Amino acid sequence: MITARKSRLALAVGVALAATLALAGCGSSNPLDEPYTGGGTDKGGETIVVGSQAYYSNEIIAEIYAQALENAGFTVEKKFNVGQRDAYMPDVESGKINLFPEYTGNLLEYLDKSATATSPDDVYAALQKALPKTLKALDYSKASDQDTYTVTKKFAQDNGLESIADLAKLNTKPVLGGAPELEQRPYGPAGAKKIYDVDLGFSATAQSTLESLLAGQVQVADIYTADPAFQTKDIVALKDPKNMILASNVVPIASSDIADKIAKVINPISAALGAEDLVSMNVQSTVDQASAEDIAAKWLKAKGLD
Amino acid sequence: MNLFTDAIAWLLNPAQWQGQYALPTLLGQHLLYTAISVLVAAAIALPAGWLIGHTGKGREIAVAVSGAARAVPSFGLLILLVLLLGVLQTPLAAVITFVLLAIPSLLAGAYTGFEAIDRRVIDAARAVGMTEWQIFTKVELPLGMPLLVGGIRSALLQVIATVTIGAYVNLGGLGWPIIQGIPLRRFDQVLAGALLVAVLALLVDLLLAALQRAAVPTGIRSPSPDRTSSSDRNGRRSARRAASVTA
Repeated sequence: MITARKSRLALAVGVALAATLALAGCGSSNPLDEPYTGGGTDKGGETIVVGSQAYYSNEIIAEIYAQALENAGFTVEKKFNVGQRDAYMPDVESGKINLFPEYTGNLLEYLDKSATATSPDDVYAALQKALPKTLKALDYSKASDQDTYTVTKKFAQDNGLESIADLAKLNTKPVLGGAPELEQRPYGPAGAKKIYDVDLGFSATAQSTLESLLAGQVQVADIYTADPAFQTKDIVALKDPKNMILASNVVPIASSDIADKIAKVINPISAALGAEDLVSMNVQSTVDQASAEDIAAKWLKAKGLD
Repeated sequence: MNLFTDAIAWLLNPAQWQGQYALPTLLGQHLLYTAISVLVAAAIALPAGWLIGHTGKGREIAVAVSGAARAVPSFGLLILLVLLLGVLQTPLAAVITFVLLAIPSLLAGAYTGFEAIDRRVIDAARAVGMTEWQIFTKVELPLGMPLLVGGIRSALLQVIATVTIGAYVNLGGLGWPIIQGIPLRRFDQVLAGALLVAVLALLVDLLLAALQRAAVPTGIRSPSPDRTSSSDRNGRRSARRAASVTA
């Protein structure tokens, strides 16, 4: 009994210690807390800090911006892989990071939960309004990284499918696969019913959405437009003529004080970056295992922007 | 406090009680995966545990194997198995994961139950001419029962808590509101899901606690408040000692 009591006490002490250590860890391990040394808002240095998400495709775009700026004679500091939107947006807003490749729709969703715009132009216009004064959106690109209703090419041919509305022609109710949250999004099954009058089942295929589509477990899959699978697999995204799905084009977000100065370097990149470019660069990264630097340099050269 | 009332409101919303992800459906899926996994694990672990307990051989191996199995992270194992077996076999991948999770507790419950029995009781049984099978069914099984139920209890609790990750690979269950709610930043929904899992675990634990008490054979239960009778002391002490082993 005494040993039992002792071991229980030891356990309690251990738990308390572990909790203290864990909490202490939370306090000091935030990488964004480290003293800032770059140029940022300091206009004397003229260093432009380019950031990127912890997402390989986003890093490639950031690398393109950084190399183009360097080629144009700017001093550039790279702050890549700084996590997800919640983590980096405060530093972008405060000017610690001056240039960040973003996605119009997803950023608008983050800044304004009640936003209703879905078409590329509307989303861009709404985004410009929603951005804080310290930030400016440069020209957006045709390339996007947004949800799609995607089917296999064979399924599309067999059933004569071109747009989401055509899904209503099917004899059996198709099942839509995607991330769990898609079920609740405005462009999920309920949206398809409201906007295209298409009845869809739902399956939360999450990480295995592409595999589930190829295995025939679902007939329609939500695959992001920049996914390498659009080049490596026989799949095709259905057209969305009524703009049900939130557009999310690649857009450079810049600190207001330097936006005009770098626009002449960055806007031509947005103009040249097509949807297929982004997919093929993602293929180079995931299939060929090329580095972001090499992919970016090659693309700039091919487009005559170096 | 506000988040709690929001979570309760989410639970009571009629929208959660119908459709593909209705709460009763999710509860059913959760219980189904729990039951299948624990049954399969029992079919493997109990005979093995009894054999070890009865013969006294292979204990070190059992301890090593179950210790190692406890250290396997279920989430990583589940994702790995889904990748290895393919998306059409996700239910199988999930059951394997949960079975591996349940085996250590069940195995420990089975063999410590036998080990905790006073050796003199077994020797006496053998001395009066019982066969090994009779010793197993008439002496070891009943006397080891409370600890075995204890093992089942902890296995069930772990599996109920862990089946939550099944929603991550499209198997539904009470993890669904949690897995869906996080990317939507709907924390009332996330908390509601967590509450449901916790309540289910507590209910099952209470049920098993009652069962565990009922599993103490009448022969070693105290017939009256008089606790000095030697058989009572022995039975209780061994049960208690073994209980601390499983815990």
